[in-house]
Amino acid sequence: MTIDPVTLAILKGRLEQIADEMDATLFRSAFNPIIAEAHDASHGIYDAKTGDTLVQGKSGLPIFVGVMAFAVKAVIEKAAKQGGVHEGDVWIFNDPYDGGTHLSDFRLVKPVFRDGEVFCYLASVGHWHDVGGNVPGNYNPAATECFQEGMLIPPVKLYDRGEFRQDIVDILSSNSRLPLSLYGDLNGQINALQLGEKRMNALLDEYGDARVADCMGELTARAAQMMRAQISNLPSGTVSAEDFLDNDGINDEPLKIALDLIIDGDRMVMDFSRSSPACAGPVNISRATTIAACYVALKHIFGDVPANAGVLEPVEFRIDEDSLLSVRAPKPVGGYTETILRLIDVVFQAVAQIAPELAMACAYGTINALSLAGHRGNGQRWVMFSFFGGGHGAHGAGDGLNHGNAPISTATIPPLEILEAAYPVRFTQWALRPDSGGAGEFRGGLGAVYEIELLEKQADVFLFGERGRFAPPGVVGGGAGALNTFHYQQADGEHVPPMASKIVGVHIDRGQKLRLETPGGGGYGHAFERNPESVARDLRLGYITAEHTEADYGVVIGPDGSVDDAATRDLRARETAQ
Amino acid sequence: MTRPAYVIGVDVGGTFTDVFILDETSGQVSTAKVPSTRGDQSKGFVEGIGSRVENFADISTVVHGTTVGTNALLERKGARTGIITTEGFRDVLEMRRRDRPTTWGLKGSFTPVVERPDRVEVSERVLADGTVLEPVDVAEVKAQAKALAESGCEAVCVFFINGYANNENEKHAVEAVRSVWPNAYVTAATEILPEIREFERLSTATLNAYLQPVVSSYLDKLEKGLEAKGFGGDILIVQSNGGVMSIDMAKRYPVRTALSGPAAGVIAATAIAKAAGFDNIITCDMGGTSFDVSLVADNEAALAAQTAIDFGMVVRTPMIEITTIGAGGGSIASLDTGGLLQVGPESAGSDPGPVCYGLGNDRPTVTDANVVLGRINPDRPIGGKLARLDVEAARRAIDSHLATPLGLSIEQAAEAILQLANAKMAGAIRLVSIEKGHDPAKFSAMPFGGGGALHTGALIKEVGLASALVPRFPGVTSALGCVVADMRHDRVQTVNRLLDQIDAAELGAEMERIGDETETLLESAGVAFARIDRVMELDMLYLGQTHTVNVAIDIPDTGLTRQGIRDAFETAYREAYGRLLDGIPMRVMNYRIAVIGRRPKLDMAVFAPVDGKPAGDCRIGTRKVFADGAWHEAGVYERLQLAVGATISGPALLEQADTTIFVDPGLVAVVDGFGNLVIKPGA
Repeated sequence: MTIDPVTLAILKGRLEQIADEMDATLFRSAFNPIIAEAHDASHGIYDAKTGDTLVQGKSGLPIFVGVMAFAVKAVIEKAAKQGGVHEGDVWIFNDPYDGGTHLSDFRLVKPVFRDGEVFCYLASVGHWHDVGGNVPGNYNPAATECFQEGMLIPPVKLYDRGEFRQDIVDILSSNSRLPLSLYGDLNGQINALQLGEKRMNALLDEYGDARVADCMGELTARAAQMMRAQISNLPSGTVSAEDFLDNDGINDEPLKIALDLIIDGDRMVMDFSRSSPACAGPVNISRATTIAACYVALKHIFGDVPANAGVLEPVEFRIDEDSLLSVRAPKPVGGYTETILRLIDVVFQAVAQIAPELAMACAYGTINALSLAGHRGNGQRWVMFSFFGGGHGAHGAGDGLNHGNAPISTATIPPLEILEAAYPVRFTQWALRPDSGGAGEFRGGLGAVYEIELLEKQADVFLFGERGRFAPPGVVGGGAGALNTFHYQQADGEHVPPMASKIVGVHIDRGQKLRLETPGGGGYGHAFERNPESVARDLRLGYITAEHTEADYGVVIGPDGSVDDAATRDLRARETAQ
Repeated sequence: MTRPAYVIGVDVGGTFTDVFILDETSGQVSTAKVPSTRGDQSKGFVEGIGSRVENFADISTVVHGTTVGTNALLERKGARTGIITTEGFRDVLEMRRRDRPTTWGLKGSFTPVVERPDRVEVSERVLADGTVLEPVDVAEVKAQAKALAESGCEAVCVFFINGYANNENEKHAVEAVRSVWPNAYVTAATEILPEIREFERLSTATLNAYLQPVVSSYLDKLEKGLEAKGFGGDILIVQSNGGVMSIDMAKRYPVRTALSGPAAGVIAATAIAKAAGFDNIITCDMGGTSFDVSLVADNEAALAAQTAIDFGMVVRTPMIEITTIGAGGGSIASLDTGGLLQVGPESAGSDPGPVCYGLGNDRPTVTDANVVLGRINPDRPIGGKLARLDVEAARRAIDSHLATPLGLSIEQAAEAILQLANAKMAGAIRLVSIEKGHDPAKFSAMPFGGGGALHTGALIKEVGLASALVPRFPGVTSALGCVVADMRHDRVQTVNRLLDQIDAAELGAEMERIGDETETLLESAGVAFARIDRVMELDMLYLGQTHTVNVAIDIPDTGLTRQGIRDAFETAYREAYGRLLDGIPMRVMNYRIAVIGRRPKLDMAVFAPVDGKPAGDCRIGTRKVFADGAWHEAGVYERLQLAVGATISGPALLEQADTTIFVDPGLVAVVDGFGNLVIKPGA
């Protein structure tokens, strides 16, 4: 049956709306700020047979777009061994080797039945506040096995033929430092799935099951067609890019992520064979996560490709088993965010070589998961956990955005007033970081400086960050952004972590401070091509300081702050000649 | 003879200034439409009134919905503004909440309205519990303020971290600034919004400062212009929350006018609907590039606590909730790279506009589809410069861009454009209704502005709305809204404490006190009210959540109790999410108080047609209209001549100067006792 183009366009919008509404329901009712404020969650509609993504919500976390299909596949496979899924079942799990990402992300998968058959699956994923393990908030840079990162739950039934299994919730709750938060988030995810099922049934009643099924198939086919059209616009051939993680938190050695990007007509091969083998610490990722990260990178570059499985149809992945990018249990994966940010960086760097007009320079490239934990005077435990921002990369049409969120997320940062009201801390600085944006014809966006003072007697500090040794590269001749830095005070003075941006459980006392300075984005194009007036403006605004105008940009600024044109021409000519 | 006593509503739009005049003595109404005067809108304003009113001394009240503030924000034409803030935090405005303009593609940018060198720091610090860690040094503040003024700042905003918990330092600093600032444009962040969340408070307060010189000088000109004509009454300004405020309040709090114009339209729609017996409506305002929707349930327009005027330009004051999508008459229909038909968000606007305007655009738009399908009369163009719309050009554009590649006829392709545009608009209506738990079958669509009435029939079918209600003069709706708007002031204060730790009686007493204070302010405006209402609310949540639920609070004579608050929260929470979370402590984040002075109601019967004629006598011809896959011969009627009770079955076209109404096949239109057209599915 062919589906008319108008119905197709309408149903596409209606299906997206269902996924969006599921997102909105969880965001509003979630307990922990990582979901409620940072939107670290996602919902979608998946194929009844393969688990492939059919439609995904627009407001959820970008990295989950693509990875969720693997979660649904894991449930389909597990259920098959137990006699299949039944109406009223809801499965829950967080096994990262089966479903991608890390233990903090709990997935709920619910079949939608029509006339006794599975029509599609709905799934919800959300980042829970605490799932046990050695470190509150679960970013444990010293983990060498996933068991130190938190509880690992394989796909099990939360609802069995409509019956809620409190025993499962009891097991989950007793394995978390924050069981109330867990309970609230779990409820929000259940609400979202129930709403999704209601809306899906209403849509199917209105349009008929067969018509909607046809439409879903057609949307996938068209997504593949769109992606092939995009790839065809790129010149055939191979380009390569490499970038590095500082270390794995256990051994202080860089880890390589290498991409050979092969364009062959309307097909693309992403070959990661030259990347490092699996490491001891928690920056490994599963194959599912690797593919999802590539999807995010491609969608940033190509923009209008839809969020369904068809997009990856013309893309072949070469990822070695047991490499850093395809690990198995029990290799630790808690810091997956850092590795996928680096994956996105290599994709940006490779594409910049063949399609500079589409490219962006690398963004700040680390989420800087910082936790401070301790006990209040009354013995009550507190855990402050947050991710911090940095600069976006420059691009061919302008400078990078100052203080943006990570490419894998749409998270906003909690207001410092909310953090100060909830935890015994005081921020002494919350500011842009001058000179942190990579130089270029277009400058990278600025990173930030966050300085925090402890107001309670003592606390333990944990940081999981990156880019302390390898700065975010520029593209098309642009310079790199600044490195990530972290300082903490103790009685004997100021320290930096031995692993650059990773540290586990150092004690600080009342009045002592932490200072996190995050990278800016990379630059785009050669800095000598930058309009000297823009350099003068950057100096006036304090985005760059005086010593960088000549050294980085070859621009001479007079005492009144204006450009000395003649001296600038001379300096740029002299430097270029050398 | 009794002298007239005029109440006049004025809405200044980009193209026209609409004036609505009510003579309270005789009960008569009249309207005027004059060209807007760009540059100084007050000129067109005064001329518009002058075209209908001989003696300005006969005017008791002028109520104004203004877009001066909105435009200054959108076009970034506010004053050069300085910010004086706590040491360590001068970049809060520029850092926002660490977001980005679009999810996909990292190519966004943001330029704050205050440049970095104009944001200066002073040493002072208040902690989250309100403790003053370091008092402010007023001498340092004065020095910074003088430096800002000397460098050319015209307005200034004082914003201190945790000022919501204790604004002592901020108050001292503001006094110091006012003592040296050369004009009245000094904004204190906690006066604008004493609510937790530093970026939202600072952004709102900064935009207030940024607008103050622009809006104040405009309002000054307006006052002088009216006074020069002998006007001695009150001037009221419509706020974004749908209530009006005195002109002096508007000069102090210009940020509250950010959505003044659109809010007036929603208020009028609410009043018209209420008179006609419709409690639940969805207003639909279709312009050249966008479609704005608002929900009115039980005669109350929904308010949003926060609105982003543009990326990073956040205003956190209650505003009429207006959902905007990119689907207007100028929205372009095209095929995406996968060959799928899409409409918008790209738009040809009104210049060059649709293909049929003949101003250079050759890509088909929604208006072109309406023209090709016979729904717009090409001989009575509302926009563009041609005397007759170019139907052939529109057909050619649809053919080459869509019909041929899709293998459809031109009519089929044009109808597909409308279906898709309608589907998008229906999506926006669903977003504000179904998704918020409202049953669309209980709502009626009310179109205003020029284009909406062509689509409402399709919308009621698509969303399952009960009916459509087309007001008698859709083009002057906003000006009418000014005349009927109530006066309203909103107050908020952050509490941020666990319910178990709150002295409920004391909290209740404080809310009453603030309510009394606000009521005194309301009464001082010198406007007559039928009555004054108070709405008291708490923003509450379970401990650990970050999103609050609005909890309506009644304070009994015996005083507020914790149990009373608990019960009210549980009722509100259950309604919002279904399941309560037993055993988790509750937190009170803010209290909110709205004091509303209800203005005497306008009798909408003044719009009832006089000497109306039966439908047959108003029929001026027929036109071929394509709908549901086939051509129909549709009757064309002069809308304003129809008598009360006149009934017309679709397909039909009803024309009037500023709009065309399409009654789809299967729908029936009836003129009600107020001159509105009620369109419903036929029996």
